[in-house]
Amino acid sequence: MDELINDFLAETRDMLQALSGAIVAWEAEPGDRERLDEIFRFVHTVKGNCGFFDLPRLQHLSHAAEDALAEVRSGKRVPGARLVSAVLAVIDRIGELVQALETGEALASEDDEQLIVDLHESEAAPAVSEQEVVSPAFTDANRKGMRSIRLSVDLLDRMMSGVSDAVLARNELARRLRDADRDVAIEAAFERVSACIAEIRDAITRTRMQRIESLFAPLPRMVRDLGAELGKQVRLEMDGGDVELDREMIEMIRDPLSHIVRNAIDHGIEAPDKRGGKGQTGLLRVGARQAGNQIRIEVTDDGRGIDAETLVHKALAAGIVTPERVERMSPQQKMALIFSPGLSTASEVTAISGRGVGMDVVRANIERIGGLIDVDSRPGEGVRLVIRVPLTLTIIPALTVSAGGQIFAIPRSAIEEILRVAGSAVRIDTVGEARIATVRGRRVPLVSLPDLLGVDAAPDAFGAKIILLKPAGGDLYALAVDMVHDHEELVVKPAAPAVMAAGFYAGTTLADDGSPILLLDPSGIANEAGVRLEGDESDRHAAPALADSIGRETSLLLFRGLDGGLRAIPVPVVERIEDVPARAIRLAAGKLRVSTGDRIIPIAGTAVAPETGLLRILRLTDGAAELAYAFAEVVDIRAVVLDLKPATVPGEIAGVALVDGAQVEIVDPYWLFAAHGDGAPSDDRRPVCALPAGDPWMDNMLRPLIESLGYHVVAAGPGVAADILIASAESADPEKPATGEVLRLRATPEAPSDDDSIYRYDRAALLNALSRHAGKGRAHG
Amino acid sequence: MAELLLIARMGGRRIAFPASEIEGVVELEGLTPAPRAAPHVAGLSALRSRVLTVIDGLASLGIGCTDAAQLGDAIVVPSGGHPYALLVEEVEDVVEASGAPVAARASIGVGWDRVAIGMVEAEGELYLLVDPHLLVAGPAAAAAA
Repeated sequence: MDELINDFLAETRDMLQALSGAIVAWEAEPGDRERLDEIFRFVHTVKGNCGFFDLPRLQHLSHAAEDALAEVRSGKRVPGARLVSAVLAVIDRIGELVQALETGEALASEDDEQLIVDLHESEAAPAVSEQEVVSPAFTDANRKGMRSIRLSVDLLDRMMSGVSDAVLARNELARRLRDADRDVAIEAAFERVSACIAEIRDAITRTRMQRIESLFAPLPRMVRDLGAELGKQVRLEMDGGDVELDREMIEMIRDPLSHIVRNAIDHGIEAPDKRGGKGQTGLLRVGARQAGNQIRIEVTDDGRGIDAETLVHKALAAGIVTPERVERMSPQQKMALIFSPGLSTASEVTAISGRGVGMDVVRANIERIGGLIDVDSRPGEGVRLVIRVPLTLTIIPALTVSAGGQIFAIPRSAIEEILRVAGSAVRIDTVGEARIATVRGRRVPLVSLPDLLGVDAAPDAFGAKIILLKPAGGDLYALAVDMVHDHEELVVKPAAPAVMAAGFYAGTTLADDGSPILLLDPSGIANEAGVRLEGDESDRHAAPALADSIGRETSLLLFRGLDGGLRAIPVPVVERIEDVPARAIRLAAGKLRVSTGDRIIPIAGTAVAPETGLLRILRLTDGAAELAYAFAEVVDIRAVVLDLKPATVPGEIAGVALVDGAQVEIVDPYWLFAAHGDGAPSDDRRPVCALPAGDPWMDNMLRPLIESLGYHVVAAGPGVAADILIASAESADPEKPATGEVLRLRATPEAPSDDDSIYRYDRAALLNALSRHAGKGRAHG
Repeated sequence: MAELLLIARMGGRRIAFPASEIEGVVELEGLTPAPRAAPHVAGLSALRSRVLTVIDGLASLGIGCTDAAQLGDAIVVPSGGHPYALLVEEVEDVVEASGAPVAARASIGVGWDRVAIGMVEAEGELYLLVDPHLLVAGPAAAAAA
């Protein structure tokens, strides 16, 4: 019985969490039948189960709510704000009771009766329902789903650490086998064990992944409650809930994210009467997506924005920065002052966002899990915060180095370049007590790792290397080490506080031979060694997030196509990477398509469906439509200034560019979506082009070209509205459409005098004319 | 039920730890230094797939320093979410306390004062009962608190 009741409580808690979005949506639109049904189903289920378990209070409450909602469903009552609030209060109480039952605490306060009275009293006026409301059959459609079981998180953790042990044992065994005499049979068996362990590790890593939905689920309710409390109208848009993230990571982001959302509503979005021309309702957008091995969470509001100069004044007043430093700061760095400890931008302290403490804590929390946070704002237009975190908390790519005979690890994300001191590329000067490395004409402070650690450098300085490091939010500096060893994927665990006290460690990890390695923290080293910030250079790490507004750097995902060619695609259009089974790919309705989850999306990058096995795809998105691109392997993610040599014909490849000295084909996502997408998002947003009916040349030759530019093609005729009308120069002038223009095509290359027609094979002129309109159509779409 | 005590020798004295706070006793395989960590951290050591922070009990008490070359037994203490290994000269026994701990009314010495819970009697002998969490936290944490 105990187990049953626990299942019931856990299920109710999950349902409550899933429901919070529905409640808010229902409040915004009480006529929304689907939401109403969803909430009704919830109270109905709770009522049914309570009867079974003998939980009279829960039953009483859910019964009353069910009655009230049933009246709404049958059209006897109109749901108003009061009824919604009353239902919300009941659902909250159900949540409290469930929690109390779970923890075994005393049950919450006893005024259930008042809640029930509220339910009955609200909107005394009965609904004057004229239309007959058809009550749909009670469906359990949402209840079906995947087969799943509940597992305790502890068990998952134990499995994970068990597998880590297995990996270490395997490594140990591998070393012993290398030393021993070769025995083919043993080696084959060992290979099998190895492969099994790798597979188990992979599967267990995946069990730790959770949809980011669970992070987003409480937001609608929070936004609603805050909005109501502050008298602000806020519309919340959420996107990307199906992105998956390590469970532990989700927990680490939960608090920072709700803090950011709270801030946006409290300080960002204005009261309805102060929003000017922006409309009374503020817009808050929360979106997540996977970009390579990072998850990017973006929170955007359209509120009053942050004024960089105000920040600077406050920072000066608080003594956080000096006037000299301010003079040398980029706008981006000024904006980043918001993350300084002890700085609050709100002129008044409020109960919601508190005071002073805030964004600095948010940043500290994000950075602790190896993430980055960037802010971008225009006064009066809003704020955009971008959080980027690694996919999992536990495994990071690192470089192992040694100093004084001991091995340390450095996260690869911070490493710009590795140089040999003996080489001609580097000069080292001593200036006072400091040492400066000059690398290709650029002077950077040099920190010696052995000196910093207080150990003796290995005597043979011959092998000494320096590593150029660019910590998150900091400036470039050089770190001298005795030796550089290897790139490794390390499983990182937090270090004990007494170790962290050194100020430049980020965690601990285990080497393949099972000995502990300390992971160095590049920004901690810079602080500890007294490396000063270089004021006149904008923070390069902020650039990829704001590539459109600052600099011309493009963040590219480098990969190999199925044909082995090296290609790149801008990271922002890549939503995530997925493995799909070959059987999910079919040539259907004239296009190669892949079914993934509950969707069917067109696939590019391959002409034929593979017969067996798995196919790796990039999931691309243009914000509305989705597209898959088949590829073989990911090579890297690079931020580069693109010098694109355009392709001779427009197509899948926009052109070729040099990345790290190699020719890389740059995939043209615009073309991909135009050619492979299931049309533009919807017909009414696309520009319309009218073609004369019955002209075979137009239909067969021109039409595909026009459609590939994103036009919706219709047959011309009287009264047909179009953005552009195409006519043959040889035929009589058509009736000019009410809106849009006429483009006349002639069959001969030579133009008659004072004629604005275009030769029909003059592709460039034709494209030029058409894309001008295509652009316009998109602009107001 | 009487409390179980772990009796160990540290700094030449026999002291008792509440066994409920101890995960186990291990023999450390190797010690990786952690340069510039707090002074009472002797280094790191691996126990299966976990990294233990090794604590020099004498340094934590401020009465000396354990010779890293002669590693004895270590007591595994999970504290504040991190696993620690506390270096001791020798782990002797696990015994049942014959009564509740009482405050030591004599001066037990600087350093020891900070980590002592009290005196406890077991099998006819009187031991100093030490809180292992305070020992691993080190003197700096006590100063900050």
